[in-house]
Amino acid sequence: MVGTTVDEQTEMHSQATVVPPRLEVAEDRRGAVEDFDQLPSEISVRDLDFFYGKEQALFGNSIEIKKNRVTAVIGPSGCGKSTHIRAYNRIFNLYRDQKAKGEILFDGANILSSQIDLLDLRRRIGMIFQKPSPFPMTVFDNVAYGLRQHYRMSRSDLSNRVEDALKRSAIWDEVEHKLNEPGNALSGGQQQRLCIARAIAAEPDVLLMDEPCSAIDPVGTAKIEELILALKNKYTIVLVTHNMQQAARVSDYTAFFFQGRIVEFGPTTKIFSNPAEKQTEEYITGRFG
Amino acid sequence: MSTVAEVRSAPPRRRSIARRKATDLVIKVFSWIGAWFGIAVMAFIVWEVVVRGAGALSIAFFTQPTPQDVTSTAGGFANAIVGTLVITGVAALIAIPAGFLGGIYLAEFGRNGRVATAVRMIANVVMGVPSIIVGVFAFAIIVKPVHHYSGFAGSVALAFIMLPVMARTTEDILNLVPNEIRESGLAMGAPRWKVTLGVVCKAARGGLITGATLAIVRVAGETAPLLFTALSSPYWMTGLFGPGGFFEGPVANLTKTIYDFSGSPYPHWQALAWGGALVIIIAVLGMNILVRLLFQRGKEW
Repeated sequence: MVGTTVDEQTEMHSQATVVPPRLEVAEDRRGAVEDFDQLPSEISVRDLDFFYGKEQALFGNSIEIKKNRVTAVIGPSGCGKSTHIRAYNRIFNLYRDQKAKGEILFDGANILSSQIDLLDLRRRIGMIFQKPSPFPMTVFDNVAYGLRQHYRMSRSDLSNRVEDALKRSAIWDEVEHKLNEPGNALSGGQQQRLCIARAIAAEPDVLLMDEPCSAIDPVGTAKIEELILALKNKYTIVLVTHNMQQAARVSDYTAFFFQGRIVEFGPTTKIFSNPAEKQTEEYITGRFG
Repeated sequence: MSTVAEVRSAPPRRRSIARRKATDLVIKVFSWIGAWFGIAVMAFIVWEVVVRGAGALSIAFFTQPTPQDVTSTAGGFANAIVGTLVITGVAALIAIPAGFLGGIYLAEFGRNGRVATAVRMIANVVMGVPSIIVGVFAFAIIVKPVHHYSGFAGSVALAFIMLPVMARTTEDILNLVPNEIRESGLAMGAPRWKVTLGVVCKAARGGLITGATLAIVRVAGETAPLLFTALSSPYWMTGLFGPGGFFEGPVANLTKTIYDFSGSPYPHWQALAWGGALVIIIAVLGMNILVRLLFQRGKEW
């Protein structure tokens, strides 16, 4: 705050609640008009605690992820957004010292139970990562990876499904003639859409997106946001984002995380126009974070 | 109203720029000298071996076995070249798969667990063991119980040197593969082994092939481990078994033959030894350069 005086800063604080800058949320966002409790939940999280070794990162997270809706997860860096969704597909199991406690109900079973078949869980709950991570193989083989892993099918069926997944990921026109080229020869934004195609090819129910646009330029970001809006008719999407405009643009519901706790969760329209909690208000108006 | 600019204290004293530049120059000059010293030594060795060895290289050198008659000027190093290829090849067959799997264990599964930490430490120690000790070790476990030297014992000794090199190189290279790649593979619902072999190792395959090749090159020029194991022989290897066979008899090899011939008083033998040295240097340098050319560019691929 070089240039402003101490007095001015205090003044800004006292005025904050009077005229906070607002983000525009599209009027047709479903969260605004529907009855939350009547909607079917895809995933119900109850009292989720998460530990990195002895350090606790999530505290009693409870949230309902609604079917065929986009749920945005926002909050400052290190608040536990990514940690939270990384519990949904148990990807944290890769690291020995990471542990989750509580319940994540999905299709009638607790995801965190040792009875869960991880391979099938991860087929049904796909994930897109921050950094586009195409596998070291051709565009075609990238998209076919999950199909080959989980299904038996003829070669023609396979290539039809690959084409279909690429079309649904709005990237077919760009890679139609590059199917046999390496996946990481594509641009960053294309790689990310390729990863989305790879995930949806396996016919999941849920897509977890962990800051999918943070390494992508604005044009690529716009395409991915459009894609998210198109995909929500078929999939339940959980979107972690640093970008509040993005949350406002694409999500139906928004959860605000702070220091490992879910401070507020509700329709995106409400979170961005009339948050109940002071911390949410301060975060979305750019006061901190 | 006190502004931030007003409370700033006087600027601190600047460090001497001239001095900084002088230090920079000194470091530059010394690192330049250091680098060129290394290159010069290397160039001197290669030059000397080329000048003295080139004359010995002939068709006979690559087709005829080592001479037994000191007065004749016939004979070549063909039996030693074949022996070295076989001994090193068998060593690679033993050590590369085992080292590769060991490296996968260290990088992907053991990671910082107690077993992996112990294995890693032992591998580091074994890499530092003088190669003649490895030769004596192979002598004790293979040559002594069966009462004869053999090419196979030589391969085991070389494999023993290669194994930790291969394992640690594999581990280091796999550690360079970003975790996102592993997570993406697992997030597709693929089992861990499939992600490791089909995605992680594939992403690192250039590095892995380079590592394996360098491990072979590392032992191709070893002499000491062969002194107690493969020994040497003036004859062709006659097959797998029998007195001249790979498993049951001494096998001619380049390094030990160079050692014997260079110490002999006969000029023709000495010339052959220089020729053998040139062949080893060309092979080792050539393989180094080849794998670097092939895999340097497509690092990700």
